[in-house]
Amino acid sequence: MSLLFETTPDGAGRYLDWIIDGLAWTLCLALGAWIIALVAGTLVGAIRTLPGGILPRIGRVYVEIFRNIPLLVQMFFWYFVLPELLPARIGMAIKQMDPPWGSFAPALICLGLFTAARIAEQVRAGLQALPKGQAQAANALGFDKRAMYRLILLPQAFRIILPTLTNEFMTIFKNTSVALTIGLVELTATAREINENTFRTFEAFGVVTIIYLLIALIAWQVMHRIEQAARLPGAASGKA
Amino acid sequence: MVKFSGVVAVLSLALVSALALAPSPSSAEGLGPTLQRIKDAGTITIGHREASVPLSYLDDNQKPIGFSVELCNLVVAKVKAKLGLPDLKLAYQAVNSSNRIPLVKNGTVDIECGSTANTITRQNEVSFSLIFYAPQFKWIALKSSGLKTTGDLKGKSVVVTQGTNTAQFVAKLNADKALGMKILQGKDHAESFLLVQTGRASAFMEDDILLAGLKATANAPDDFVLLSDSFPSDPYGLVISKDDPGFKQLVDETLRETMQSGLYDKLYTKWFESPIPPKNINLNFPQSEKLRELVKNPSDKAIGQ
Amino acid sequence: MRVDLAALVSAWPFLMNGLWFTLQITLVGVAGGIVFGSLLAVARLSQNRVLSGFATAYVNLMRSIPLILVIFWVFFLVPWAIGWLTNHGRPVAVGASLTIFTTFVLFEAAYYAEIVRAGFRSISVGQYSACEALGLSKLHAYIYILLPQAIRNVLPILLTQTIILFQDTSLVYVISATDLLGAATKIAQRDGRLVEMYLTVGIIYFVFCYAASQFVKQLQGRLSYGARP
Repeated sequence: MSLLFETTPDGAGRYLDWIIDGLAWTLCLALGAWIIALVAGTLVGAIRTLPGGILPRIGRVYVEIFRNIPLLVQMFFWYFVLPELLPARIGMAIKQMDPPWGSFAPALICLGLFTAARIAEQVRAGLQALPKGQAQAANALGFDKRAMYRLILLPQAFRIILPTLTNEFMTIFKNTSVALTIGLVELTATAREINENTFRTFEAFGVVTIIYLLIALIAWQVMHRIEQAARLPGAASGKA
Repeated sequence: MVKFSGVVAVLSLALVSALALAPSPSSAEGLGPTLQRIKDAGTITIGHREASVPLSYLDDNQKPIGFSVELCNLVVAKVKAKLGLPDLKLAYQAVNSSNRIPLVKNGTVDIECGSTANTITRQNEVSFSLIFYAPQFKWIALKSSGLKTTGDLKGKSVVVTQGTNTAQFVAKLNADKALGMKILQGKDHAESFLLVQTGRASAFMEDDILLAGLKATANAPDDFVLLSDSFPSDPYGLVISKDDPGFKQLVDETLRETMQSGLYDKLYTKWFESPIPPKNINLNFPQSEKLRELVKNPSDKAIGQ
Repeated sequence: MRVDLAALVSAWPFLMNGLWFTLQITLVGVAGGIVFGSLLAVARLSQNRVLSGFATAYVNLMRSIPLILVIFWVFFLVPWAIGWLTNHGRPVAVGASLTIFTTFVLFEAAYYAEIVRAGFRSISVGQYSACEALGLSKLHAYIYILLPQAIRNVLPILLTQTIILFQDTSLVYVISATDLLGAATKIAQRDGRLVEMYLTVGIIYFVFCYAASQFVKQLQGRLSYGARP
């Protein structure tokens, strides 16, 4: 892997620096989108379990739209189409955003909302798997809706769905690679650039593959620790 | 009984595999790897570009056409004659600036007919035919941006296409002249041009002829202007596999004949100085001094050789 | 913002060609993926340490890296690998379509393998014991008894993964292939009709995936035998 330590053509550093930059963008995008996804996903998942009214339907529409369109198409929408649909001045302002923020911002929003739809479904499944007695007891004790979800239902639901959330967490790191199509120079894009400059395909892609494996390993370990810490004795979720 | 037929089966399988896996014997003249591969497959695969007007691009029916493609068709005719295969099939493979060299290297494409610059670094990976075109680098921008020279681009966003010699040139230019430009990379020329059209990048640098082609085929050609600065660029060659002097000789012979017989000038006029598909626009790009010189005395040397 | 419908109409045949390629990739990916995935799942359950080790490593590797990276790997290196294996000394020309089909079969097999493996775990242990008691060879046991049950149990999940596969095909964009999204992009760039093309393609994908996921929901309902939804 001597490739990493060779100097880049523009003389500004070594290929290792390119890889570190790419890795940094991957991590920032993944973690940022994860936070958006957790917040938005929990909200949408919760409102889908409400008894009636317009909110559950809005939740349903959101989930169906964001789950049935490929991530890449959604990325193109946020990057190419949205600035054209907005009033000319706002559109131009968005398009003039300096790279790489011009690519990072749409990628962040897109990936966040995409993953949120999937998390929403899992949160919904988790909430629906809870025994009905929990909600009824909370009502009897005088909890209002918000407190009931926040203090009673969601904490339990999360423990149930931690395994699927782990899966989602690992997936979001892989999905960051889609942002290369709108110009974000994340890890996979870096591998391709190194290949274009040196033609050493095997080394360039090999290093990046190993890094993704390490990311997956670490991500899994982190979630595993959380799962073990959050385990409720005697609860149904038990094993992975 | 079962055992015997089993043994026979295994032996025949081994025999067939050995025959299939053995390197195919080359013909008496020693065709060389590329021609041998073409002969074995009964097909020659031509790599082409999708938006490098007028050299190699797709017409309205998504068929590859252009100046380079025509030169390649002449090469194909010569290959048919040499191999004695008048029914040789022609397969087209779309390539972009990122994968054109790897695809020639790994044999997916037998000859790449596009707008590929011959540089010393690239000669480590592939071989180039005689030079058939000599462009310069220029910038294209929206007229409404009011940009006039390279200096006006200080601190602005510019775009180049990934994998091109232009990308490396602009990176160097940015560093040498401390322009502080933010460099975006498009997947191919069409995407890079789109970034200028939509206002995401202030300017796009590429070979002047390619920019003229993109401008001419745009929806509103008069919205664009080429900036006055020009920089020396690398000349174009057809890209072929590196370890095949026999095939290179065939290709070079074809080009040399074309240049000497006057057919080259006719083809040049057809693509650069007459209306061309899909919008019947005339690019009006007469041969430069440098190109006339290269037609009179063909060469395959890159800049600096 | 005016939407140019005429451009859409003239582009429609080209889009449909792209859609056809998308469907081809999906079909090949599903068929090859489930077959190879089932093999991997069975291999993981095997007593042979080497076999189960390899299968586990393969599945974990493919599930840890992005599809785009796999597409790049296969696109650049498969011709070399085939040439090396068959000793031609030169890489064998592998066309873009074949490369794409290979990529998707290899990649999706890892995901199908996990689903089929879950299917195996959902079969009651008694089935395995009964197969042994009846003296069925491992091959017969898997093909006639275990695999059919496993797949039936996880059919909805297999179908959901197929919908994901259908969406993943859009990623062949990175190698300039002309699937549905690739076709739309080429027209969008050539004619400057970004908004119309991408919105249209979004709608087409949505219609297909929504219909398919509704079908899966119905199927789940019918397969549930009165279990809680």
